[in-house]
Amino acid sequence: MRKIRSNVEKRRLQGVVIISTLASLSFLYFGILKPGKEATTFGFVLNNEWVIIKEWVISSQTGARIFSIISLLASAIAIAALKKGRSISVPVAVASFGILMSFLTWIASGKFIPFTGLLQGGLLLSIPLIFGAMSGLVCERSGVINIAIEGQLLASAFVSAVVASLTGLSWWGLLAAPFAGAAISFLLATFAIKFSVDQVILGFVINVLVIGLTDFLYKKLLIPFQNTWNSPPTFEVIPIPILSKIPVVGPILFTHTIVVYLMFVIVSGVTFTLYKTKWGLRTRAVGEHPTAADTVGIDVNKLRFRNVMIAGFIAGVGGAFYTVGSVGAFGKEMTAGAGFIALAALIFGKWSPIGALFAALLFGFATNLQSTLSIIGVAIPSEFMLMVPYIATIIAVTGLVGRVRAPAADGIPYRRGGAH
Amino acid sequence: MKNTISRIGQSIKLPGLSFLMAFTITGIIIAVSDEKVMNKIGSPIEFLKSAGASVGNAYLALFQGSIYDNRLAKSNFFEGFYPFFETLVTATPLILTGLSVALAFKSGLFNIGAQGQFIFGAIGASYVGFRFELPVGIHILAAALAGIVLAAIWGGLVGFLKAKTGAHEVILTIMLNYIAAFFILWLLKTKTFLRPGRIDPIAPEVADSAKLPLLAGENFRIHAGIFIALAAALFVWWLLTKTTIGYKFRAVGANSQAARTAGISVPFVITSTMMICGALAGLGGAVHVLGSEHALNTDVAGSFGFDAITVALLGRAQPLGTVFAALLFGALHTGGRMMQSNTGVPLDIVVVTQGLIVLFIAAPMFVRYIFRLKKLNASTSLTSKGWNG
Repeated sequence: MRKIRSNVEKRRLQGVVIISTLASLSFLYFGILKPGKEATTFGFVLNNEWVIIKEWVISSQTGARIFSIISLLASAIAIAALKKGRSISVPVAVASFGILMSFLTWIASGKFIPFTGLLQGGLLLSIPLIFGAMSGLVCERSGVINIAIEGQLLASAFVSAVVASLTGLSWWGLLAAPFAGAAISFLLATFAIKFSVDQVILGFVINVLVIGLTDFLYKKLLIPFQNTWNSPPTFEVIPIPILSKIPVVGPILFTHTIVVYLMFVIVSGVTFTLYKTKWGLRTRAVGEHPTAADTVGIDVNKLRFRNVMIAGFIAGVGGAFYTVGSVGAFGKEMTAGAGFIALAALIFGKWSPIGALFAALLFGFATNLQSTLSIIGVAIPSEFMLMVPYIATIIAVTGLVGRVRAPAADGIPYRRGGAH
Repeated sequence: MKNTISRIGQSIKLPGLSFLMAFTITGIIIAVSDEKVMNKIGSPIEFLKSAGASVGNAYLALFQGSIYDNRLAKSNFFEGFYPFFETLVTATPLILTGLSVALAFKSGLFNIGAQGQFIFGAIGASYVGFRFELPVGIHILAAALAGIVLAAIWGGLVGFLKAKTGAHEVILTIMLNYIAAFFILWLLKTKTFLRPGRIDPIAPEVADSAKLPLLAGENFRIHAGIFIALAAALFVWWLLTKTTIGYKFRAVGANSQAARTAGISVPFVITSTMMICGALAGLGGAVHVLGSEHALNTDVAGSFGFDAITVALLGRAQPLGTVFAALLFGALHTGGRMMQSNTGVPLDIVVVTQGLIVLFIAAPMFVRYIFRLKKLNASTSLTSKGWNG
């Protein structure tokens, strides 16, 4: 047996130990000690996709046992992979999924879980988080901390609702939203880069300003003149031909509005450009070691300024999701802290686009799981379920599941000659 | 003498100019959003007149709602100060939470967590306040102490995690704020905290023996909490300037590397700073419950913890500055209500004013740029550190 030495391996070992313990506990508790007495029903059909299985009914106890065993097996594979020094992310993911399913089968004993709807709703809840996290990513990889994601989302949600109402076209709302996000970014970029204001404080203050201003305008204009100012049309759902008919996957991924499809485009765009293009290389260089980047002729502050502006455009699309992309009318402080969860997702995802995407999906799913469970009437206080994303983030930043490291120059204003 | 005057002049120039710009921009927003003003856009003179009237009325209402209103002075002059006492009631918790954020700044920490710490302070004080029967005086002390201890643990947790793992306090405190907010939602549904006979989330009222004494009779809400807040400000000043531990706090805040080299235990400073910060914000929650709310509800913390950050920034993290900043923002919020009901300008505009003031205070280079000043006392000393700091 190989000896495990390095820090990274130690942490991976920790992860595997935690996941195997959880898998064993779930087998013991859900499968043997406190089994559910009735059958659990999973529903798979949402719209009019091709039906393979409509419902799946299984005894709660058997189901919980099966899923726990799957996760125990996956944990065993993870341990084997760890010994051979291979990647453990896939088996760990399978094991976590098994534990989750085991829990679901146990808790929903005698009840109906709309499985496809649960996942689709989770994706929808995570859309603004994903846009927000990508906005944060484009800023922070170039070395500018973006706490103003909340402000960007809120401002663009407001503007897209107003513009779509005034013009009567949801497209105009979607087009205007990125410019609102960019306007907030302009404030952030100007004060952070040109006037060297502390970026954390600045982001905080910008959020205060946007909340104050949208609340003010909401009361002054949007409530009294609701018909003119706050009745935006929304986008229709565009099911993608054939793909949307695939069972389970179809409704989850291919039956959405244009805003959701834009999310796929932006995430893959950011991932590709960040790692495969000159811009991406420069962004990462400026975020890690601006002095070195400057030495080879990159204009650090210009690149940062441009990145912050791009980030504003990205967050703006996410803001439009709140209004023209889903419910239509703007509501007071309707983003409700999503900007901060997006920030958390970015950090949880270790500042990588794919990591941030999955973290955001996880947070969205956790939130939707909470509402689904409270609808079917399960006896876990919903408040504790709602805490999950925040607790997960604390666990992530305190390094219990692998060290999280920000870009080295994140948040430090750059002045030539090291005069910072 | 001349030096002193020019020094004072320098030190109030930045806040002064920031105020000027913030109130000007706020005025423009008020005027532009008033349809009576915008209807006159055709004739410039009429337009300016009506804009002036609109903004003037709003600011007059802001003053009458927060300082002195002669219309209230029916039987005697004193009654006109009712709005000012209301300002003090709002400012009291703000002073305490503001001090919490300010003290953290002194040690180089950005405490966004005053909101959560406030909630735990309120929970502790409320529980001891309604659950036990104790003599007057002792009951207040015990309740306040319970709040302080809970909040100090909640705040200290941040310091401990930061010191142990290097996790950034901004992320930790944002997350803990949410957790605290969900926690109080849950708590007020439990049998222990839900007032008997009620279904809406509210705790039983604290016993009379736990209520802070009123200062100006039954007609005014002003209570002894303002003295507690002022005493806390004095304590923070004393701690920072007269004690060894305060010296260590400031040393770590100024340069943690140098402080470490000089033999100061940085983890100790971080943890103890955050504990004291938690205690201060928690005292704010306790005073708010024992002084004016008397019962815990889900919205007990309002936005005291968030406004605290703008308060501390405006007060430049100085105890005395924080007191004045809290009074100012307390006045803005109290007066904003009158402005909203009398002139139809939504209360939320004061949040914009508040944000603008702080934005300009935090950006001395910008103020210098706008007013083409050569010299401006620019050392705001308000910086936090990047995620890795």
